[in-house]
Amino acid sequence: MTTHSPYRRAFLKQVATGTGLTLGLTLLPKSTAVAAAQSADSHLAPNVFIAVTADGTVEITCHRSEMGQQIKTAITQIIADELDADWQRVVTLQADGDKKYGDQNTDGSRSVRRNLARLQMAGATAALLLKQAAAKGWQVNAEDCECKDHKVVHTPSGKRVDFADIVAVAATLPLPEEGLVKPKARQDWRYVGKAVRSVDMEKIISGTTTFGQDMAVENMLYAVIQRPPVMFTQPESVDDKQTKNIAGVVKVLQMPTASAPANFAPLGGVAVLADNTWSAMQGADALVVTWSKNTHNTYNSEAEKKTLIETAAADGEIVRQRGDASAALKKAQKTVSATYYAPLLAQAPMEPPAALAKVSNDTAEIWTSTQNPQATQAIVAEVLKIPPENVTVHVTLLGGGFGRKAKPDFAAEAAWLAREAGRPVKVIWRREDDIQHGFYHTVSAQHIQAGLDSKGNTVAWKHNTVFPTISSTFSTEANSPSSGELRLGFIDNPFDIPNLQLEKGKAENHVRIGWLRSVANVYHAYAIHTFADELAYAAGVDSKAYLQQLIGKPRHIDLAKEGAEYDNYGDPIEDYPIDTGRLLAVLEKATAMADWENRKKQQRHLGVAAHRSFLSYVATVVEVDVDKDGNWAIPNAYICIDAGTVVNPDHVKAQCEGGAIYGLSCAIGEISAQDGAISQTNFHNYQVARIQHAPKNIEVHIVDSNAPPGGVGEPPTPPFAPALANAIFAATGQRIHELPIPLKLTV
Amino acid sequence: MITFTLNNQTQSYSGDPQMPLLWYLRDAAGLTGTKYGCGMALCGACTVHIDGDATRSCRLPMAAVADKRITTIEGLDEKNAHPVQIAWAENDVPQCGYCQSGQMMQAAALLSANPSPTDEEIEQSMSGNICRCGTYPRIKKAIKAAAGSEKA
Ligand code: FES
Ligand code: FES
Repeated sequence: MTTHSPYRRAFLKQVATGTGLTLGLTLLPKSTAVAAAQSADSHLAPNVFIAVTADGTVEITCHRSEMGQQIKTAITQIIADELDADWQRVVTLQADGDKKYGDQNTDGSRSVRRNLARLQMAGATAALLLKQAAAKGWQVNAEDCECKDHKVVHTPSGKRVDFADIVAVAATLPLPEEGLVKPKARQDWRYVGKAVRSVDMEKIISGTTTFGQDMAVENMLYAVIQRPPVMFTQPESVDDKQTKNIAGVVKVLQMPTASAPANFAPLGGVAVLADNTWSAMQGADALVVTWSKNTHNTYNSEAEKKTLIETAAADGEIVRQRGDASAALKKAQKTVSATYYAPLLAQAPMEPPAALAKVSNDTAEIWTSTQNPQATQAIVAEVLKIPPENVTVHVTLLGGGFGRKAKPDFAAEAAWLAREAGRPVKVIWRREDDIQHGFYHTVSAQHIQAGLDSKGNTVAWKHNTVFPTISSTFSTEANSPSSGELRLGFIDNPFDIPNLQLEKGKAENHVRIGWLRSVANVYHAYAIHTFADELAYAAGVDSKAYLQQLIGKPRHIDLAKEGAEYDNYGDPIEDYPIDTGRLLAVLEKATAMADWENRKKQQRHLGVAAHRSFLSYVATVVEVDVDKDGNWAIPNAYICIDAGTVVNPDHVKAQCEGGAIYGLSCAIGEISAQDGAISQTNFHNYQVARIQHAPKNIEVHIVDSNAPPGGVGEPPTPPFAPALANAIFAATGQRIHELPIPLKLTV
Repeated sequence: MITFTLNNQTQSYSGDPQMPLLWYLRDAAGLTGTKYGCGMALCGACTVHIDGDATRSCRLPMAAVADKRITTIEGLDEKNAHPVQIAWAENDVPQCGYCQSGQMMQAAALLSANPSPTDEEIEQSMSGNICRCGTYPRIKKAIKAAAGSEKA
């Protein structure tokens, strides 16, 4: 272990004296420390993200979870670029959950925006050490050297040496002062900004990737759990006679009872453990359980809808105010109002949640498809009552996440069962479990009123948003929208309207509420942009022109001036202003791509929306065809995204395509409850977009930008539903005031 | 006991004849390329070829595979170079990849029955395969690309 000692000592000393790199690199990674023992001094590991092995292989560690957004590829591109590494000699590893990496919670569209600069520094540090090592051997100045194609080149003399031949020396050098580390200039980028193919491609096409559902270890049991149909109820009686008669069933275990607040804890229920998945599934089906009742048993979506709509129509609690909207409404030439309702949704990632746990006295090893490995450590530790550092979380590939897998209750279930069973246990969520026991995208009702002056300008806007809050999952007190949710496309309303009043209203939760791709932006953008279109018609103005008018002049919006609480997705407003110029630019581009101006001549029915979220700007134009029976289809969608600096344009394009189709699913899907239990069970009654529903053609334009990177995974989702709703209005004259949109409209 | 061919190898099975093929593949044979997504023949993640036809393995009892020829994604092509696999890589189709074994198996079966499908035929054939990541536009493109290549 100490064969690495000269470097390690120097490194630790630097950490101790505070002169080390401030990249959150406080410890040598365990894996590289172990590898170093095998490879003597020849292993360079200047930080937790990079190791260069004796044969010159560059090992890059991805500390964020891969769920289809291609972050593994992006991180590899960023680091390999700084080293000017040969792509064939780079391998990408997936990090375990560990604080040493800093934040690993892969949500909020922040993997690139929070890590680009940091990983460039990490890569440039390794590059500098290699240059210094070569320079030492040649007795030249390191400043005269550069990394070129996996070699260090001395520019004046043309001398070159492969990384493999200088790793041993580089590994003995002290870490450079941060000021000396200079990431590449943009014009020198080799991989960043290029359409590099996914690093997992070969494995995916050959079916050899490993997801949480695919994990297996020796002596493992498979578990399927019958969870309480109504939140926080518990089994009153369990008849497992039939279950135990099923071949392969090994054990039936009653899970501990859950109580409010839900947090990430297991929901409880009865687990069937078997020696294969099929027996566990059959065993769970064969259980006869009677459940206790509680107040949530009275929950019915139909009744709740009425309540939410009434609350939205009443006065709410004001959260942002400019001018005097009530007075302006009274004086207005014309008033328009509408109520928008959107139901619960399930994230329904293609891979239902799954986790494998192996537990000993005071340690646990978990393999799971988690978006949040450190939260997984924490909840497993809590359930097993052991310290979090004794929990190792291996992150598998995720078969989609969309927010669901940021809540690792499934890993906690596996850990608890593995301890009880005394054997490794893999918990498999069936699709029915996923649909019926999720952390749902919340149900919402919104009421908007606007006043128009004699010229058709909107002079007053009053918007009340009402929904059970995500905070209710973490606190029993929470019963009204949290500021975290209001910041998602509501309080940051970009419209230049002199009298603006934004309000929120109370709502009770009866299911676990969680986040889903772009979260509250989904329903806020739906209501705001559908209403904007209604105003355009009320004013007799073209929808795009009216939207431009509502957005107003290019400017930076200062919400603090209006006393509104806004955290700008956790990033400084100076670096990432709310820039209506960029919003107008994507609107202009998307409508130009769609040939908006000529749509009427061409008898095409288009709808548009433009929304800023996760520090990026997306405008979407949807084209709809409706046949005489009311069936609709989407021949085209046009998307323009301004996400600032992008790492991989092809993958950004893929996120725009996928994000749009996810937005479509949000517009046609519905989860509802009856007597406290979720009514939907599987894909026959939970509608998601299939290939025939998806746009036949999606055109994407990425704005070429040097601005700091914004989010990419989520921003394409919110504008889709309103653009679709507006296109349907253009085609049929029917306003979509309520989601889901039926696949067959009444004509 | 039943026997069948799995990716060109003869296999036998004497367990529960009602167990769906999917769980034999994943739990017993260790072929996890075939995925579970719904268990109700609603999503296509578990698609394999039975005597060349695309079939949902989650609803196919082991009893039904006696004497049949089963091909999974792992056995689609020795070199993983089936025209569909090549087209999938070249068009960077997969996002998370979870649905893609099923998509490729469905697409391969489509192309062997219909070497140059129209857009509508593609939609029809692929409508049982859900992709929550929304890779549908690229799936279409890749199927057309594969159709244009010789081997298909
Ligand atoms: S798992 Fe077989 S079709 Fe979904
Ligand atoms: S690629 Fe993720 S579900 Fe299809």
